[in-house]
Amino acid sequence: MEVLVTALICFPFLWAILPAVIHNSKRRAFAVYLGCTIVTILSVATALKWYLAGGQALDFRLPYQHLFGEIFMWGDIFLMFFITYLSYKHKRLIISVLTIVSTVVPTVLEKFGPKLGLAPTMRFDWLTLIMVLIIGVVGSLIGIYAVGYMHGFHIHHHKEVKDRRSFFLSMIFVFFGAMFGLVTSANLLGLYFFWEVTSVTSFLLIGYTRTDEAINNSFKALWMNLLGGCGLTVAISVGIIYFHTANLYDMISAAELNPNDMLCLLPISMLAFAALTKSAQFPFSGWLLGAMVAPTPSSALLHSATMVKAGVYMLIRISTAMADNYVGNMVALIGGFTFFAASCFAITVSDGKKVLAYSTISNLGLIVACTGCGYEETIWAAVFLVIFHAVSKSMLFQCVGAIETTIGSRDVEEMQGLMSIFPKLAFILMVGIAGMFLAPFGMLISKWAALKAFIDTSSVYVSTLMVLFICFGSATTMFYWTKWMSKILGASKREKSRDLTKKNEYISMFFHAFMMIALILGFPWLSENVLKPLSDEMFGDVKQVISYENMVIMIVLLCGVFIIPFVNYILTKGQKVKQVITYMGGVNAGDNFNFISSTGDPKELEISNFYMEELLGEKKLFTPAILISSFIIIVYLIIVVGGALQ
Amino acid sequence: MTISERIIFALLYIVLAPFIIGLLDGFDRKISARMQGRRGPSVLQPFFDLKKLFEKEFLTANKMQLFLIRSYLCFIVLSGIIFFGGFDLLLVIFSLSTAAMFLILASTATHSPFASQGTSRELVQIMACEPMELLVAVGFYLATSTFTVSDIVSKSTVANIRYLPGFFVGFVFILTIKFRKSPFDISTSHHAHQEVIKGVTSEMVGKEYAMVTIAEWYENAILLGIVGLFFVSNNILTVLGGIIAILAIWFLEILIDNTSARVKWQLMLKLAWGVTIVAAGMNLFLLEIIRG
Repeated sequence: MEVLVTALICFPFLWAILPAVIHNSKRRAFAVYLGCTIVTILSVATALKWYLAGGQALDFRLPYQHLFGEIFMWGDIFLMFFITYLSYKHKRLIISVLTIVSTVVPTVLEKFGPKLGLAPTMRFDWLTLIMVLIIGVVGSLIGIYAVGYMHGFHIHHHKEVKDRRSFFLSMIFVFFGAMFGLVTSANLLGLYFFWEVTSVTSFLLIGYTRTDEAINNSFKALWMNLLGGCGLTVAISVGIIYFHTANLYDMISAAELNPNDMLCLLPISMLAFAALTKSAQFPFSGWLLGAMVAPTPSSALLHSATMVKAGVYMLIRISTAMADNYVGNMVALIGGFTFFAASCFAITVSDGKKVLAYSTISNLGLIVACTGCGYEETIWAAVFLVIFHAVSKSMLFQCVGAIETTIGSRDVEEMQGLMSIFPKLAFILMVGIAGMFLAPFGMLISKWAALKAFIDTSSVYVSTLMVLFICFGSATTMFYWTKWMSKILGASKREKSRDLTKKNEYISMFFHAFMMIALILGFPWLSENVLKPLSDEMFGDVKQVISYENMVIMIVLLCGVFIIPFVNYILTKGQKVKQVITYMGGVNAGDNFNFISSTGDPKELEISNFYMEELLGEKKLFTPAILISSFIIIVYLIIVVGGALQ
Repeated sequence: MTISERIIFALLYIVLAPFIIGLLDGFDRKISARMQGRRGPSVLQPFFDLKKLFEKEFLTANKMQLFLIRSYLCFIVLSGIIFFGGFDLLLVIFSLSTAAMFLILASTATHSPFASQGTSRELVQIMACEPMELLVAVGFYLATSTFTVSDIVSKSTVANIRYLPGFFVGFVFILTIKFRKSPFDISTSHHAHQEVIKGVTSEMVGKEYAMVTIAEWYENAILLGIVGLFFVSNNILTVLGGIIAILAIWFLEILIDNTSARVKWQLMLKLAWGVTIVAAGMNLFLLEIIRG
């Protein structure tokens, strides 16, 4: 097991060299395919081996742990110099302060501080299992998709951008390695290294095109994530100085045992803070929105299997230490607020990728809120959301990327009638959207559990606010998804044209769709055999979260969503019908797309959705949202830090 | 509740709901006419309309519409079965909003300017109502510690309206939107005197429109059922109180319909959310404090 996990972490890092040095397009593609396949097989094999061995949480040290410790330390120092150099080069030297502080302090403490015992440095448990599978399977599929997409990106569409595909593809592998390391580390010093690697890698991916906008946005991502890294540093320092441990699980159990001791809560609050930056919650949402400038595969990677999931993973880990205390309240409020605010903004934008970006932030908000509550129902819901979100978001981003390549625009308004021109793409988009919000998929189950748990939360203010956030947020969520769906199904005036989507892109997307459907059908099994042991592990023996009766209803609803339209479609297919044109007050120009204007000439009819910019627009509400969320974070952190200093 | 009881209630809903709500609709027209100084049609007129609609030739601008509308109807009935079968109230609300999505998809499938305008407005209406609908379920959970409809009835010793007046006010407010009554009949109305013609249903002809009408009746039965739920407890006599409350609210909606002018959607959204936050939010907060 130790060997497998080590291989899982080291292999992608080493394999990353291959795409970087191979410059022949075909051979490099082969190297990437092979690498992705091996990553998938390795992750599934590790997961299976652990699952078949009985699924007991496993604490262990890496082989040659000491050597790895040195690598982590020198790696941190290398990253520090690298960031300092880049920020000097782009005249943003202030950013280097963040990295210097957050690297020097733990390194000094590690070298000269109190000696730490030989505690286990890694852990493999149910949550790790799920994360490893998500990263391994969904991540690898994005890797496969990236090969085809980047080819089209450079050869057909963006000839002006310098071809740095080798770099791009090798960064993807670095990302995998860092994520595997992050979810298996129990030692915060190791975890911190991987955390910084993901920050820097995402920075490099976002800046891929090297336009001014890309550089600006990549630095925004960098400083926000480094700020989060500082949070980790504080947690490590407090851990080493006061508790003589750098083990994440020791800190969690210390906080669980003394929920009213602010000193024990301090590291937890700092970890939570770091996780909030990484999972792009308000006020740190800016970086994920800016990440859109990067080519689509990197968006898909950042939004689904990696990066933001690192933040959420951390929150789920520490959630038992956050139940009903100040840290938990902070996390829950930020999450709830983000869920609502981001979904409002999603209504007002028409750029497909931006809608997806806001929906990611909003959905993560719901997950974060669930973890902040820290009850078994909400953790159950959060993990479900993580799984569903990873698959459907990856699929949606890939699909929007493919649509952009094919129709030349990713604006939602331009996708009018996609169903009739590119049915394959439209089908994938529909499955993805359905996976994101439709009853009875992930969202429904999770909302059900989350609402129930929030009502039972002990703090009156938090409970009331959270219930309101969820109720209003789910209304706004419904709005932007439904209007997108109705656009796809509408009538089309576009001529049929050639589908420019590459075969490997389709392979990846259809595999996602297949996974989505398998997840939905396998939901009761998943709940019983993976989610339940996970809750047992975190909370002791747990009874069924959702009653048998509700499970049955949800399955009925679920089948309904597929079967009812299908059966009705079959039944009505042979109906005799007289085709007529739509009503336009008698000024139709012979079809449904043109009308006779007041000058007597036929004019094209434009139909557009509501965007409510003057009511909920970014311009109007973005700054207030940042202010409110900053206020919440600052107030709660002052409470915790102040309490600890007393 | 035993399985057989659940089945009986669900069957009663499927069979009786269209007749009762259709009849109420007939009386609605009659009363409205009297208020406006007209004689009004027979109370059975809605059923005659329905019969006529079903007999019409099937015309459509997009064939896809029909199966979407049938799915809409099926989902509404399914929601009703969950509610009257005594299952989870929250799932009823989720199922209803899934149903609404099919109506939206059916309406936009045609590329008609009036239907599209109506659909966008319908979406705003759904968005205006949904928080309150969810909050009603939350309210019942706070009062009775369960989302299950049958338990809400059997566990309550007194009518839950005593704990949930704010929720009730908010719910009655959004009922006006749900019933498509003036001043909130902005996506479509029962009278074709709108600037968007018949809005969402503009392109639905003959049996399509008939099915939408039936679906709305089924939906209204659920909504009125929720009104009743505020008043019933485990005492069988309270059912009478529930029925009286339903009739009173129904009459109130007719009165509002006939005495107010249509507003813009912006105002509707603000009003609906405002009332939800003030009435239901306050009630929620107070109940949380009482529970500790």
